[in-house]
Amino acid sequence: MNAVSPPPFPPPMGLIAEITHRCPLQCPYCSNPLALEPASAELDTGNWLRVIDEAAALGVLQFHFTGGEPMARRDLTTLVQRAADRGMYTNLITSGVTLDDRAMAALTQAGIDHIQLSFQDIDPLENDRVGNYAGAFVKKRAAIDRIRGAGLPLTLNFVIQRHNAGRVGAMLDFAEAMQAERVEIAHVQYYGWGLKNRAALLPTRAQLDASTDLVEAARIRLRGKMVIDYVVPDYHASRPKSCMGGWAQRFINISPSGKCLPCHAAETLPGFDFPTVRTHSLAAVWDSEAFRRYRGTGWMPEPCRSCDRRELDWGGCRCQAFAITGDAAVTDPACELSALHYLMGEAALESAVPAPAFAYRKPGRPRAAVALDQAGDKSRAPVLPDPGRASA
Amino acid sequence: MQSGSPVPRLGVGMKFRFDAVRGAWVVLGPERLFLPDDHAVEVLKLVDGSRTVADIAMLLAARFDAPAAMIEADILPMLNDLAARGAVRL
Repeated sequence: MNAVSPPPFPPPMGLIAEITHRCPLQCPYCSNPLALEPASAELDTGNWLRVIDEAAALGVLQFHFTGGEPMARRDLTTLVQRAADRGMYTNLITSGVTLDDRAMAALTQAGIDHIQLSFQDIDPLENDRVGNYAGAFVKKRAAIDRIRGAGLPLTLNFVIQRHNAGRVGAMLDFAEAMQAERVEIAHVQYYGWGLKNRAALLPTRAQLDASTDLVEAARIRLRGKMVIDYVVPDYHASRPKSCMGGWAQRFINISPSGKCLPCHAAETLPGFDFPTVRTHSLAAVWDSEAFRRYRGTGWMPEPCRSCDRRELDWGGCRCQAFAITGDAAVTDPACELSALHYLMGEAALESAVPAPAFAYRKPGRPRAAVALDQAGDKSRAPVLPDPGRASA
Repeated sequence: MQSGSPVPRLGVGMKFRFDAVRGAWVVLGPERLFLPDDHAVEVLKLVDGSRTVADIAMLLAARFDAPAAMIEADILPMLNDLAARGAVRL
C-alpha cells in the first residue's frame, strides 16, 4: 500500500457501450471478441439506464452506442433518449442495414446527435462479400439519405484491408460527393477476429503508403470542408499508436453483459478481474485495480520509461503487446525501440503471399475452439526475454 | 453587419456547452471533443451564426478595451484552426 494516496484521476471523456454482440453482418475483422456474448447474457434496459445516469454524473461527455449492431436492441431509442436527457452527446455506430424510415424517425425523436455509418468497401459486391450480407451496400447507401434527411452530421467509416486498399481514392471521392462532414479511413486493427484473419487482411507496405498519400492529399484539398480521420495498421509502423489515448485515461468500454474494460480488446488479457456494472458503480470501475494497472507512466518498463514520447503514445497498446509477445506489460512491439519489433516485420510478410479465405465472424463458437485459435496466434510469435525490460 | 467579414457558426453536429463536472466549457461533436481555452471560450460564446468575425472583434474590443483590429487579427487564426478541425464553419 502506498502511504500517500494519489490525487483523483480526471473523469472519463467517453463511454463506449457495446449494447449487444448480435449483428446481421459477419465482417472477418470485427472488433468483438472471438467468444461473442449471447443475447441471454445482455444487460437489461433498467441496468443500462442506471449506467447512463452514472456516466453523466461521473463526467462522461460522449456516449457511444455500438455493438455488434446496436440497432438489434429494441430499447435503443429509450437508451439514446436517456443519454440525451442527461446532457451527453449521443453517437450511434451502425452498419445501417436496418436503418429504415421508422428507425431514423425514432432515433431523431430520441435526440441522437450523430451517426457513424460503416462501409466494408466502395465496390458494392465486395462490400457485401466482406460483410457476408447480400444487398448491404444498397441499404447503406439509402441510410445516408435518411441521415442527411434528418439533418444529422454524417460520418462514413471505411475499413481498409488488402482487398480494398486500392480503392481509398474512390472512397474519399464518394464521401466528398455525399458531403460527409467526416470520413474515417480506418485500416483494420489486428485484434480478435482481425488477428484471426490477419493473413487474409493485412495490406502490403506499398498498399499502406499509397493510401496514406491519398489521405494526405485529400486532407489538404478538403481542409475546412471534411475532416478525415486516418488509422493505420501497426505492422508497418515504426512507433506505436496512442491506443485509446492511454489505458483507462479517456474511455470506459462496457460489454453487452456489463463487463467494464479500458478498451474492447482488453478481455484477451490474462490475470485481470475486470469489474462489472452489475456489482460496481462506474466511479468504482474508473478507480478499480484493472483500470489503474497500466494507467499513466508508472507501470512502464524501458524503453518507454525514459522515452520522450511516453506521454504521447503511452507505451502503445497493451493488448497488442500481449498478442504478439505474450506479455501485456512490455513496450508495444509496433515500436522500433522494442527488442521484439522484428516480430511485427515477420508477421507483415503474410501480406506478400496470396490471401486465405475469410473466417467470418460467427457466434456460438465453443470456448475450447477459441482457446485453440488464440494459442495458434501466439505460437507464431515466440516469447523472448526483453533485455530492455526493467524488473517489475 | 459588415460586408466581407466571414460569419462563423458551429460545425454541423457540434455542441458548445458548459460541463458542470469539470467546471469548463466544452465543444462536443462527431467522435471528437475540444476543451477550448479561455480566449476561445469568449469567442465561441459570441458565435451565433449571424455575427461576423468583425462584429465579434468589436464586441470583444469594447469588453477588453483593446483595438478591434488587433483582436480580429488574433481571433481569425483561432477560428480558422477550429474550422480546420470541424468545430466551426466560416
